[in-house]
Amino acid sequence: MGSLEPRCPVARGKIGRMEEKVQRDAGEEVAHASLPPSVEESAASCLATIRTAAWSRQRAIGLLERPDVLGYLLMLPAAFIIFSFIAYPFGWGVWMSLTNKEVGMSWSRVSFIGLWNYVHLWTTDGVFWNAVRNSFLYTGIATAVKWVLGIWLAVLLNRMVRFQRIIRAAILLPWIIPTVLSTIAFLWIFDPDFSVINWTLRRFYTWMGWGYVKGPLWLGDPTLALMSVTFVNIWRGIPFYAIAFLAGLQTIEPDLYEAAAIDGASGWQRFWHVTLPGIKPITVVVIVFSIIVTFSDFQIVYVLTRGGPANSTHLFATYAYQIAMVGTRLGLGAAVSLFMFPVLALVIVYQLVYLRKEHR
Amino acid sequence: MGTPVGEGLAKRLLVFHLPLFFFIVFTLFPFYWMFVTSIKSTHETYNRNVNPYIPVACTTAIAEQVKGFQFSGSALMENCFYHWRYLLRDTLFVQWLKNTLFIAIVSTIVSLFAGITAAYALARLKFRGVDTFGVLIFITYLVPPTLLFIPLSDLIGDMPLLHWSLLNNPWGLIVAYPTFLVPFCTWLLTGYFRTIPKELEEAAMIDGATRIQAMVRIVLPLALPGVVSAGIFAFTLSANEFLYALIFISDAANKTVPVGIVSELIKGDVFYWGELMAGALLGSIPVAVIYSFFVEHYVAGITGAVKG
Repeated sequence: MGSLEPRCPVARGKIGRMEEKVQRDAGEEVAHASLPPSVEESAASCLATIRTAAWSRQRAIGLLERPDVLGYLLMLPAAFIIFSFIAYPFGWGVWMSLTNKEVGMSWSRVSFIGLWNYVHLWTTDGVFWNAVRNSFLYTGIATAVKWVLGIWLAVLLNRMVRFQRIIRAAILLPWIIPTVLSTIAFLWIFDPDFSVINWTLRRFYTWMGWGYVKGPLWLGDPTLALMSVTFVNIWRGIPFYAIAFLAGLQTIEPDLYEAAAIDGASGWQRFWHVTLPGIKPITVVVIVFSIIVTFSDFQIVYVLTRGGPANSTHLFATYAYQIAMVGTRLGLGAAVSLFMFPVLALVIVYQLVYLRKEHR
Repeated sequence: MGTPVGEGLAKRLLVFHLPLFFFIVFTLFPFYWMFVTSIKSTHETYNRNVNPYIPVACTTAIAEQVKGFQFSGSALMENCFYHWRYLLRDTLFVQWLKNTLFIAIVSTIVSLFAGITAAYALARLKFRGVDTFGVLIFITYLVPPTLLFIPLSDLIGDMPLLHWSLLNNPWGLIVAYPTFLVPFCTWLLTGYFRTIPKELEEAAMIDGATRIQAMVRIVLPLALPGVVSAGIFAFTLSANEFLYALIFISDAANKTVPVGIVSELIKGDVFYWGELMAGALLGSIPVAVIYSFFVEHYVAGITGAVKG
């Protein structure tokens, strides 16, 4: 009979066919009674193994029909990714923020320093407090402006009859192209000497007969720089608000407007009492989403100012990057980014509670 | 909706056309500015006395060719597309494009697989903890990368248990991108699966199909539009990603398009404005084209509004 090895590859699929083959082989073996007992024995045990495997295959298929088993199985890849690359790093980040870990420092030399990083930031770091203030200002101003302009643009788009598709696609461009690439364009637009804003300003001043003006250093003055950064965020965010609100507007029953018009409501009254309540559910989702993205923003500030001039335009994320990646102090940087957590958690919990209320 | 009846032309201009016009200019001006800068010579870019809105050398060259009825490719190249040629020929832009494509495609496939299975389970199967999983996915969807980048960079530099370093390696990004792509795909697809009638599957199962067969043969083909749009958005999200790509990759040849442009075309105080703008446009066009076809699905996914 030769080697037994190839006759018993239990682990390699196609068990059903193997079973048949082995049964045939086993029959042959019974006929050749002269075979050494060891071979017979192993053939029998092999057959048993395969029968068990075939039986467990049936059982496995049966198990897969059960929603609980299949459910966990199907959740497994996503759960693995979420656990290993979100939950675990989050815990790791909390741990890092309690140590003095630096880039290139081996973990054996790292020491646990408790809340020192947080206390240090909270009590002595002026740049950190500036970043806190900037993050709130940036998020507050940008969100408010995007909200107002977004609704306005949505109402305008909703009124359009012709060219709606193409205009909508054009309006969306700032939102969909890579943020750093459009921000690079703004870096050039804000250039004080050779670029378009200050050229236009200078021409306007001469034309009005007001004499020569140099034009402001848009990214060189702390307040102006923060305003410029916020402006770019608004530019990028309006399309998202407008398109989402437009989707909301299209769900409002036209009857409601007619009823309001019959009751003699003016345009503004219709807007306040029909339009705004009608898009409220979408407004909550959009604003929560936008607050999270804006509050944790990195790219616009990184490209436009790198947190400058003189560390005056840092947000949480850019300051954390500055400390951890430029300044190599990973532990302290992790603490800076974790200071975002309470605000983000609050917003996310609000969103969850709101959605649950809506569902009921 | 249409225009409300009984509104004068003047009023319509004032409250409708004019604001819309300003919104469009506001939105599109930076793109015009990118294009104009990319076809100007460096000398022209740094001349404070020329009107910056018009690329003089390029338009003159074109005007001469039109007037003289003769086409000269080299004149066009020198006067208009110098920076584009430089970008494509003398920088690593094409390499960055290849890296971006590779990373985006692989991480999209991984995330789509995990997203499809998880979304099916969340949308269809009743098992203990299914609601908790749903909430967890939603929370992770909202966790921003800037909260995790420091510990993640540490872990990518020394993978737990394996002790590999995936820094400066495209696989480092392929491992990191599913952190935002999987929750995104799962969320988008859960909504999509819910719109497919349960009865279809039930009928197939009565006819003897197993649940997995019903899922693969009945639900997936019907959900194909949703899967395609989730894949497209996952692709563009990973092609646009910046922070992880900035931190994990250090060699110029391994960078992705956004990081390569920002870090390699700005050298200290020297800005290659023409190349920067050409690169920004070239890097944006594919994404813009793809999005404009699938925008409806995206909006519906983001806002949770059920489509179809």
